[in-house]
Amino acid sequence: MRPFEYARASDVTEAGKLAGRFIAGGTNLLDLMKLEVETPDKLVDITRLPLRDIETTDDGGLRIGALVTNSDLAADPRIRKDYELLSRALLAGASGQLRNKATTGGNLLQRTRCGYFYETSQPCNKREPGSGCAAIGGFNRIHAILGASKNCIATHPSDMAVAMRALGAVVETQKADGSTREIAVDDFYRLPGDTPQIESELQEGELITAVRLPKPIAGVHRYRKVRDRASYAFALVSVAAIVRTDGGKIAEARLAFGGLAHMPWRDEAVEKALIGEAPSMALFDKAADILLAEARGQGENDFKIPLARRTLKAVLADATKGA
Amino acid sequence: MNKHVMDEAIGETRLDRNTQGVIGKGVDRYEGKLKVSGKAPYAYEHLIGEKVAYGYVVTAPIGRAKVKSIDAMAAQSLAGVLTVVSGDEVLHSSAQPLSPAVPAMKGEILHYNQPVALVVAESFEIARQAAKLVKVEYEAKEGHYEIESRRGTGRATEEGPMPADTKRGDFEKAFAAAEVQFDQTYRTPSYQAAAMEPHASVAKWDGDQLTIWSSCQLLDLNVQQIANGIGVDPSKVRLLSPYIGGGFGSKLGIGPDAVLAALGAKAVGRPVKLALTRQNVFQATSRRGETIQRVRIGTTKDGKITCFGHESETANAEGEGFFEPSGISTVFLYPGEDRLVTHRVITTDVLTASACRAPGEATGMLATESALDELAERFGMDPVAFRKMNEPEKDPQEDLPFSSRRLLDCIDEGARRFNWADRPSKPAARREGEWLIGYGMSSASRANSLMASSAEIEMSPEGRAIVKTSMTDIGTGTYTILQQIAAEMLGLPLDHVDVLLGDTSLPESSGSGGSWGANSAGSSVYVAAEALIEEFAKRLGVEAETLTLKDGHAISGNRQIPFAEILNGDTIKVQGKIEPGDTSSNTNQASYGAHFAEVAVNATTGETRVRRLLTVGTAGRILNMKTATSQCYGGQIWGIGYALEEELVVDPRSGLIVNHDLAEYHVPVHADVPKLDVVLLEDRDPHASPLAGKGIGELAIAGVGAAINNAIYNATGARIRSYPITMDKLLSHLPDEVGEAA
Ligand SMILES: Cc1cc2nc3c(=O)[nH]c(=O)nc-3n(C[C@H](O)[C@H](O)[C@H](O)COP(=O)(O)OP(=O)(O)OC[C@H]3O[C@@H](n4cnc5c(N)ncnc54)[C@H](O)[C@@H]3O)c2cc1C
Ligand code: SF4
Repeated sequence: MRPFEYARASDVTEAGKLAGRFIAGGTNLLDLMKLEVETPDKLVDITRLPLRDIETTDDGGLRIGALVTNSDLAADPRIRKDYELLSRALLAGASGQLRNKATTGGNLLQRTRCGYFYETSQPCNKREPGSGCAAIGGFNRIHAILGASKNCIATHPSDMAVAMRALGAVVETQKADGSTREIAVDDFYRLPGDTPQIESELQEGELITAVRLPKPIAGVHRYRKVRDRASYAFALVSVAAIVRTDGGKIAEARLAFGGLAHMPWRDEAVEKALIGEAPSMALFDKAADILLAEARGQGENDFKIPLARRTLKAVLADATKGA
Repeated sequence: MNKHVMDEAIGETRLDRNTQGVIGKGVDRYEGKLKVSGKAPYAYEHLIGEKVAYGYVVTAPIGRAKVKSIDAMAAQSLAGVLTVVSGDEVLHSSAQPLSPAVPAMKGEILHYNQPVALVVAESFEIARQAAKLVKVEYEAKEGHYEIESRRGTGRATEEGPMPADTKRGDFEKAFAAAEVQFDQTYRTPSYQAAAMEPHASVAKWDGDQLTIWSSCQLLDLNVQQIANGIGVDPSKVRLLSPYIGGGFGSKLGIGPDAVLAALGAKAVGRPVKLALTRQNVFQATSRRGETIQRVRIGTTKDGKITCFGHESETANAEGEGFFEPSGISTVFLYPGEDRLVTHRVITTDVLTASACRAPGEATGMLATESALDELAERFGMDPVAFRKMNEPEKDPQEDLPFSSRRLLDCIDEGARRFNWADRPSKPAARREGEWLIGYGMSSASRANSLMASSAEIEMSPEGRAIVKTSMTDIGTGTYTILQQIAAEMLGLPLDHVDVLLGDTSLPESSGSGGSWGANSAGSSVYVAAEALIEEFAKRLGVEAETLTLKDGHAISGNRQIPFAEILNGDTIKVQGKIEPGDTSSNTNQASYGAHFAEVAVNATTGETRVRRLLTVGTAGRILNMKTATSQCYGGQIWGIGYALEEELVVDPRSGLIVNHDLAEYHVPVHADVPKLDVVLLEDRDPHASPLAGKGIGELAIAGVGAAINNAIYNATGARIRSYPITMDKLLSHLPDEVGEAA
């Protein structure tokens, strides 16, 4: 770990001006700093900022402060009742100890678990642009099958962000100059392309202040995470689904996927293909065909293609049971 | 010193009479309160409050190379850096358990991220930062990092934990002539022992005398390794390991930390603390070698085994003779007139392979116990019945009698308790919603060994005893059972017996490894106690045999004399030593057991969950029911890992161990572990030791993974011969239709 300057932000407008790397729970950033994968000169501790509330918004949704911990968020009665999907996704992630420290903002911005990203002696375009990608042709069991580039095939590891994407959440931020903006989670993340080191639309010094949820979305909420052990493992494939049926037809379908790509994946064409149709295995297969049309394995992760298909179909079958 | 050589079976002992009533009881751990209250210092936690310096290891990010130069200028000039230690003496990995030799690097890089130097600084943080500033120039060499492409090139070595080859008759001929031939190949990956406490050392010099606290299992060997590593006489080194946070074989030989800490402390003239990081532990201590095992079994047309072949190929680094002894149980567990058990070591430029959690049984029985299941299936027989039909009456290799072998009792008892009769008789036949349900079983066996070991008992004038031996307690319960043995033998309440362990200034012991610790160290305490009783008898003018000892009193005829009276103000010190003898060569000794598993495999995803796990075992006298049972739980849990999760991944291009932390190297977590059942049958093995007990630690790990694999087969009809059985291997065997409805 390199020495760094430390500053504590005492109010929200000041945070961006302190011109350093924000640290919240530190559960990801500190690990990376110890290995010198990340080497910030300065840390700005944001944990004293008043961003720990979950409040109701005018349109009947919720605004979740960026520092609300994953544990608190998952346990909030409003989340459990109206956004079951989010609560389930959070509880499927990490471990109890980690969720107690991990924050909403930090979770969105956690970095990939690609083993080569963590090993500074290996080529990695995300860590050191232009150095190459050791995961291609290497150990890539956990890597992407959608939206990867020849420069990076990493996945985004978050469970929470997948649920947020299915829910159509909006990220509220404040830029370094004090101005604020909002970015839909749909637009928040980037594919690796030629710049895998840039993972989101955030600018330097831009602070996430909150994540806003729309008013509750009716339907069956499901979060299914497929992983190598029963707990404390990242998703190989995850499916976040909100499905509402009406008169034997699918009236609404919102689907997001984890473990498949550099970002929580959402494909509106998949949802469109389902809406207005009567649920059937043939229909679900068609949805999977659309989702996976461009899917490409890297060798060790080839199994994710059939796995994603099977998991999607099972989730849809479950969510439309009795329709 | 009172010495007992195990030349013949032991008769009835004070332990059998159980007068004090403490032997065998599941009493709480002697050091339990210290551990849970943070008062049991582990290696790194010594010298609190003293002015010390901190070390951090510099590692070589290259698979195979020669070191051209080391430039420590930048690191040295960082404020707070005291020195950078480098040179030929640096150990590139942990030492092997079988000799005092140490793996000095001598200018060579033999595996990716091996230690090359040590930075010593005023703080851990400064040392860590400086380590990245040490510039090492390498001359890259060609490396080779996997065994598949080198099959058939292995070496037969003589430095392994068993002979490379064990043969009888003419296997090839017998197999060719067998009515039924079974021939399958199984693969197990490389593993990391993954003890909770990382390898760590604190070294302190006093003139030319070194005191070192290090997390080690075999102190009397390890102290020689440390002395060799730094080039001093072993008499100049005192090694202490009072508490150890797990070893699992990875601390049988010293880690690279011990020698580095000692060299660093010498260089800076103050004590040095060095804990390996988790990444170092994965990449620079030792690992279990991956194996490719060909199992060939010939049988008669009704399933009687006539010949047995088990040929293993495994990996180790250049010049390393240790091999994963996958055939260790095969030699005596299975019948067959003609036999062939071989081991070959394929050279790779990857971290040294060494002992890890039941070397041999853990990997070998993953293969052989699956093979038996496959064979049973081929004959349409229940796996239990198949094993019963193939139970040898004597050791099939040497024709020796078994000292005691209650494998079938364990299988019967297990089958009854597990309700084995309820097993789906056809694979892929039972389903609950989205889950495919299956049962599987396997045998367990673990060769027993008694090692030379000694202990001292000191009795104070008040009649309190202190047991002293250089033995270690690696979390297994050694403190507790030694206390129980001394208390039972001497007729003392438990709280009148203290135990001092983990210090080479104490009588030399077997150390902890190979599940021999409890019986070897325990027997030395037994022998010392006999000497003390002899002394009591002498003082009382009676025959020792006539003395009954209970609650600090000697009872002889109608006299009842408090110990204090016998001692009459004296402190008595007696030493006892146990040595293996003829019973080790004229009987075949092993612990036996059986595992029963129920699994649920998700029909959509191939995720496997173990639902029930039962182990029934026999290991002679159980010294403490609680700690013995805990040992078995540990074995069962590791078995879940072997079956479903554990795999150390080596990148064949560079030699990098890619998953080098506990987030990416998966061992079972609580949610993977169902309610575990362990039943230890009442048993005595009078040939094994004066305690009539045998090793238990590694028994429960042997075969569990195969029981789970066999259950997966029963659930799905998929026979996977490459561990771990992750979902990607099962997916193509699952029903096409997904979800509950299917
Ligand atoms: C062993 C392990 C297992 C895990 N398993 C899972 C899992 O299964 N599923 C899962 O989803 N996650 C998992 N996690 C990841 C965990 O959820 C994240 O580490 C955590 O959510 C990060 O939150 P934090 O507050 O600690 O972030 P930090 O580490 O503090 O920060 C992470 C990043 O976010 C930035 N940041 C933080 N807050 C803000 C803000 N308000 N505005 C702008 N930038 C900000 C930081 O600068 C940094 O770059 C696991 C982590 C570990 C260590
Ligand atoms: S996949 Fe991305 S993160 Fe991993 S090595 Fe390649 S560039 Fe780096």
